[in-house]
Amino acid sequence: MTWRSPLALVRDYLQGQRAREKDLRNLVSNLPYEGLEKRKQPNRYFLSNAIKTTKYTLLFFIPMNLFEQFHRLANLYFVGLAILNFVPAVNAFQPDVALIPICVILSLTALKDAWEDFRRYQSDRKLNNTPCFIYSRKEKQFVQRRWKDVRVGDFVKVVYNEIIPADLLLLHTSDPSGVCLIETANLDGETNLKQRTVVSGLCNTSPEFEPESFNSIVVCEKPNNNLNHFKCYVEKPDKEKVGAGIESLLLRGCTVRNTDHAVGFVVYAGHETKSMLNNNGPRYKRSKLERKLNTDVIFCVILLFTMCLIGALGHFLWLQALPSVPPYLVPDSNGHLDSPSLSAFYMFFTMIILLQILIPISLYVSIELVKIGQIFFITNDADLYDDDTEVRMQCRALNITEDLGQIEYIFSDKTGTLTENKMVFRRCSIVGTEYPHKENAIRLALLAEVDLEEEVIFNQHPQPPQTSWSLDAEDTNSQDSHRRGSRCKSKVAASAQSDVAFSSPLETEVIPDRKLLQQISRAESSSRRKTDPYLDFFLALAICNTVVVSMATAQRRRVSVSPHAWQTNNALDTLSNVVKNAGCIFTSCWRKPKRNRTVSEGSALEDDSFQPPLKMTGTVNTNGIQTYSLHTPSQGDKPAATLDNLRYEAESPDEAALVYAAKAYGFTLLARTPDSVTVRLPSGEDLVFEVLDTLTFDSNRKRMSVLVRHPITKEYVLYTKGADSAIMELLGTPYAEHLMTRNIAADTQHHLDCYAKEGLRTLCITKKVVSDNVYESWLVDRQRALAAIDNREELIMDTAVQLEKNLSLLGATGIEDRLQENVPDTIMALREAGIQVWVLTGDKPETAVNIGYACRLLEKDDLVINMSCKNKLACTSILDCTLEEVRRYSQDPRNVDTTPDISLVIDGCTLTMAMSPDLQERFVDLAKRCRSVLCCRVTPLQKSRVVKVIREKLKVMTLAVGDGANDVNMIQAADVGIGISGQEGMQAVMASDFAISRFKHLKKLLLVHGHWCYTRLANMIIYFLYKNVAYVNLLFWYQFFCGFSATAMVDYWLMIFFNLFFTSVPPIMFGIMDRDVSAEMLLGVPELYRTGQGAGQYKFSTFWVSILDAFYQSLVCFFIPYLVYMDSDIGIFTFGTPLNTVSLFTILVHLSIEIKTWTVVHWVVMFGSVALYFIVTLAYSAICVTCNPPSNPYWILQNQMADPMFYLICIISTVVALLPRYMFHVLKNSIAPSPLVQARHLDRLDSSTKEQWIKEWRSFRGGGQVKRSRLSTPPSPTLENSVDINPETPTAAENMEDDFTLNVTSQRPVHT
Amino acid sequence: MAKTKGKSGPLARRPDNSAFKQQRLPAWSPMLTANTVLPFFYLMALICLLLGVWLLLTVQSTQEMKLDYTEAGACSKCFEKRKNVSNAAQACSCTVVFSTEKAFKGDVFFYYGLRNFHQNLRRYMKSKDDGQMLGRRMNLKNPTSYCEPYARDPNGLPIAPCGAVANSIFNDSFILKYHGAGVAARRVPLLRTGITWYTDKNIKFRNPSTENQTLAEAFEGTTKPPYWRSPVYELDVRDPLNNGFINEDLIVWMREAAFPNFKKLYGVLDRAEEPFTSGLPAGSYSIDISYNFPVQYFRGRKEVVLTTLTWFGGQNHFLPIAYLITSGLIFLLAVVLTVVWWKFGKDGKNMEA
Repeated sequence: MTWRSPLALVRDYLQGQRAREKDLRNLVSNLPYEGLEKRKQPNRYFLSNAIKTTKYTLLFFIPMNLFEQFHRLANLYFVGLAILNFVPAVNAFQPDVALIPICVILSLTALKDAWEDFRRYQSDRKLNNTPCFIYSRKEKQFVQRRWKDVRVGDFVKVVYNEIIPADLLLLHTSDPSGVCLIETANLDGETNLKQRTVVSGLCNTSPEFEPESFNSIVVCEKPNNNLNHFKCYVEKPDKEKVGAGIESLLLRGCTVRNTDHAVGFVVYAGHETKSMLNNNGPRYKRSKLERKLNTDVIFCVILLFTMCLIGALGHFLWLQALPSVPPYLVPDSNGHLDSPSLSAFYMFFTMIILLQILIPISLYVSIELVKIGQIFFITNDADLYDDDTEVRMQCRALNITEDLGQIEYIFSDKTGTLTENKMVFRRCSIVGTEYPHKENAIRLALLAEVDLEEEVIFNQHPQPPQTSWSLDAEDTNSQDSHRRGSRCKSKVAASAQSDVAFSSPLETEVIPDRKLLQQISRAESSSRRKTDPYLDFFLALAICNTVVVSMATAQRRRVSVSPHAWQTNNALDTLSNVVKNAGCIFTSCWRKPKRNRTVSEGSALEDDSFQPPLKMTGTVNTNGIQTYSLHTPSQGDKPAATLDNLRYEAESPDEAALVYAAKAYGFTLLARTPDSVTVRLPSGEDLVFEVLDTLTFDSNRKRMSVLVRHPITKEYVLYTKGADSAIMELLGTPYAEHLMTRNIAADTQHHLDCYAKEGLRTLCITKKVVSDNVYESWLVDRQRALAAIDNREELIMDTAVQLEKNLSLLGATGIEDRLQENVPDTIMALREAGIQVWVLTGDKPETAVNIGYACRLLEKDDLVINMSCKNKLACTSILDCTLEEVRRYSQDPRNVDTTPDISLVIDGCTLTMAMSPDLQERFVDLAKRCRSVLCCRVTPLQKSRVVKVIREKLKVMTLAVGDGANDVNMIQAADVGIGISGQEGMQAVMASDFAISRFKHLKKLLLVHGHWCYTRLANMIIYFLYKNVAYVNLLFWYQFFCGFSATAMVDYWLMIFFNLFFTSVPPIMFGIMDRDVSAEMLLGVPELYRTGQGAGQYKFSTFWVSILDAFYQSLVCFFIPYLVYMDSDIGIFTFGTPLNTVSLFTILVHLSIEIKTWTVVHWVVMFGSVALYFIVTLAYSAICVTCNPPSNPYWILQNQMADPMFYLICIISTVVALLPRYMFHVLKNSIAPSPLVQARHLDRLDSSTKEQWIKEWRSFRGGGQVKRSRLSTPPSPTLENSVDINPETPTAAENMEDDFTLNVTSQRPVHT
Repeated sequence: MAKTKGKSGPLARRPDNSAFKQQRLPAWSPMLTANTVLPFFYLMALICLLLGVWLLLTVQSTQEMKLDYTEAGACSKCFEKRKNVSNAAQACSCTVVFSTEKAFKGDVFFYYGLRNFHQNLRRYMKSKDDGQMLGRRMNLKNPTSYCEPYARDPNGLPIAPCGAVANSIFNDSFILKYHGAGVAARRVPLLRTGITWYTDKNIKFRNPSTENQTLAEAFEGTTKPPYWRSPVYELDVRDPLNNGFINEDLIVWMREAAFPNFKKLYGVLDRAEEPFTSGLPAGSYSIDISYNFPVQYFRGRKEVVLTTLTWFGGQNHFLPIAYLITSGLIFLLAVVLTVVWWKFGKDGKNMEA
């Protein structure tokens, strides 16, 4: 090492600073400089890959932690008090003793921080020491190093299943087409594979990449946290610039999949990587209860100041009244006495010190502890655990548990939240003909029943589902032996639960429609097979998507298989197995069209379908093997693909559903690369389509297209699929002219409407043949757009729109998104709990309304208000009319005794108008009167706006639940955001406060945990405030007998211990463990939830009542001993000891009155506290002769305990102090029991009587709700079911001609 | 998370199905309603009643006599004399007489009482040195700063015992005389030791170790508190063992009273000789008072109290009455609850309410 002047070091540092701040960074390879000292390295200014997420260092922990902690106001209060104590004129206690509370609190917090930081340090170290491969010039190969050795400018090789150590610019992959697939689950939770390509035109295509020959300069932008954006270009030595974007960037933390190895150039390392920049800590929210608590704390402050003022004033008056200087008035060391006013002034501050615990600082610490305990119980609830995905309930926000008990409005997303988001292909319409796929529907219905059956069996014999985990283990093994990189799996990778779009193979299979099969085979054999719309339709399904094909053998960690697939002991299961196998048969037997026909006919009749397919299973299996052996050689270097092994990984589940549907008809998507798609036709022929361009989906166009070149006809074909509204108007002119084709369009539209009413998601499939010259000219535009710098996105979209016109309609598909289990039941329960449920969806009104009925958001006899209008004026009038109507409806005397069952259906653009500032009030007023609201076609931004408006206007607690990225805004806008970890990645979960895996979990989360957390915390806080006031007042009353001189009659140590140890654990335990009503009752009678809504149990009056009670109790606890000992020879501390004891008993017995259920823990804690008090006080009084000089508790408690008077006082004071509260509870419970008390009564009954009572109660309370609760099984939205409903459902579409529609439909029988 | 990875099996992440974690611990949940608490109320009322009656009976058997001698009779001249600070050093004595109609049975305790004397002021009660009283030589010569301004005299000599508490010691002394029927006045023997807690006398208060020295030598280098007439080692001229920090009057005084009106034990009747073997006989008595303690600075009163004690302390009418009232109150509430129970909760479910 050479010596460098400090000046040079400073200069170097500043240069580094500047280099990091620059907008563009020039990076070169490190290899030419390998082995040189640091200051000669060109990339030395950029951060290395070692990460450090710890907050503190070992050396500076104490000052930094203290600095951190003094940011809290509460701690400053403590410090202020401690400082006051050091002022001689003011101090109440010995200065050093006054430091105890602050020290205890600070050191507790510091311990917690240190432990957390140590955990972070450990995980950092583990991550930093993860091995990786870096190219070394010396050794001419990639050598194993550790993550922390990676520097910007290095070449890093990542292998299959390895986690990427830094942000790499992809330069080379093992794949000849330069593709590397990565999984970003660690970053955003999305489990589908993402494709990254090497920077084009940069490296020669030689099989081995030579880093040493890399002599270009990489220019990239300053690090930012945008995961989907990256700008960079590579400048070659010949000054040619090659651009690269996010599609060439491998992000740190992602996992390499399906690619043997890849080499990248490190552009960002360590803390500058995108994943690290995205890494934010947990969010901090303040709960409603805490906000309320803060106002009460202010009252406590006022109370404290009042008491101190009284003290100061009293002292002044007392001094004034003295005739001269008595011997007990001690002057200061100079023999000088302060004037009464000055003494009174000092006394004010001394009083603050004496009465400080009136400000419940320990309350904040206790609340934190209580919340940790509550979260522990919530996350450990087995009912909130999802067996399928093995996910527990997650609490991401640590301090709003009690808000769960106060929810008044729930805003829910539909897709993926209410529904499974497991898309199942249900029906399709091709060139105007509808194929209802009845067999498939039957199969799905059976499947659902099997599910139900399964649940029952599972409950009776709780056995773990063996199958899924054995698979899991096998899988890991095979991976380990297979790939050398797999040992590099860090815990980050292991923790991410990846799942494919479908969890159950049963659901992915589609039984083809018989008629359609015949149609296809006819088309196959016909001469014009190349242009047949039926074939085109399925080709479009197979091609027009972004689905990535992967092999089941190369599957990612976990293939979860529903356990029932392996149980063959009951008939239904056998059937489902048969059905599953049948699905395989169809797909794999397709090369023999003749035989296939017999099979499909065989399965047409349900009864017959039992035997023949079973027999066939064997042959099918051999068939499968044959296919395998037959095709491996021809596949070349591609992984062997058998049809059964194919797995489709799609960004959206609809796409996968369509591909599976195409596969069912024999159009199997075999492989997809950036520029080709391989499809196997029913005839067994593999067609390789050259993909010329993909016009990706965006929410403006609402469609996507793929432009391919047909391998046989050599035509340029554009396949487009999208929402019907986006497609229908783009249909080519022929459709407008020819009657035949117009009919097709009309028929298809009709079918689409039917699908929508059925609650299916619809998509239109179109095709367009693009002529050569059109394509050429378009290509020019397109390339210009792609190369554009300014508003590139816009130009690209324009080119897409340019091509997507004059489409010819092939058909439409209906995909079902099944309701999640127990959704109707959950919604019913939530509604009975007094929560208004809003559903905000992007779907069409018809689909949404149907789902609304299916999930019992809307009821048959509801008054459904349908709002849909096109301009503001109409909107205003419709709002006024409806509001008038609704008011009249609710004021109608006939409706007084019934609950107003008004539901509102509103669409996106109407919502926008209704939300405008001038109409907002009226809209909110209307919404307030509706039991449920359904908003269709809303954008993510609108969702969050709705939540915000309702939350602010009505001042209610809101909860938003959603699963997708489009719900993130809403989740963040609501008081409580709940993310559902479902199919659509983790973005919602990342933004949420709580994450659940199924919608049904919301019921227990809110009704049970929410209620418990809220009551527990509310009661705990009230109790805590009471406790402090009651205890402090004892000291205050004593001031009237000691000339207001701030004397404490209790030894100060014991006083501190009293709060810190003797009485702190019981309330915390109370806050964590008390259970006012059992979970069964809370679930059985959702109404109980209402007790927490609005002001709930923690009302302003509750606070004052408890404060008054505290005053009364302190009066009793002080004056009974006072009157007993009056005029006696009692000493100060001898008087204080029974006072302290009485106070302890009163406070603990008070808590015992409040505790609703006593478990072992309660008994131990309560008796433990009493025992602790006596043991500690006795020990302290026995040991301390002079340890706390002015006060001297020596042998006082021992003396007192030998005196019968002590016990007489303890008994009578405790009894008299608690009599009113006890009496109040008893009278209230006897005369006017609250619903909670009644529920507790029921809890004590045995289970059968209890159920009967619950039923009776619900009928008594809810009026018409008995009828509903009988219907609690979720009706599946089958065609028959919904047809019954639909005629009554008002639809906006029927009244499109009108400027606005107002349909008020009421099925309520008119009372006469 | 790494932990869950370590465990194998599908249920590794599944929460334990334990009663504690699932919040299903067996629990006792008492219901506070009229019918469940009625027995308790009646029982409480009965207990309080019995205790109250018992206490009341006990209290009835006690005797107490209070005599305010601040300005009584001959003492008024001493009272006037003490008003003038310059007369502080002059002795003044007076005699007050009283008579008892009933005899005091059993142990009789002689207290002196002070009214309006705040021994519980924060600054006052701190003004002492426990270490010094414990006989520590270090503290003897270097009193704690809590004793300021009574830590050292103007010459810099440490004061023993230091502090305002010791300085303001009550320094009246009494001689109780019995004027029996036809007998000459006779001095009532009072035990002036054994009036403190055992732990105080033997542990908390010790003299500096004398090591063959006299007590006076042990206290050499210290001075008496400014208000005192004699040094600490000459407090009790009759009993040399009752001197220094272990002087029982000093110890009694040093246990600061909780309230401004208090009494402190002065002596216990010595029942060794007739006619005092069974207590104080009825008759007339006189007390010769050496009147030293000034009370006019704080409008104080001085008194002497003669009393007998019960098992739960001195004559105390409050406690039995409190118990009786509480008993009545609880009984009343119990009756109310019975009515409530009769009208509302007879079936115990209250569902119809």
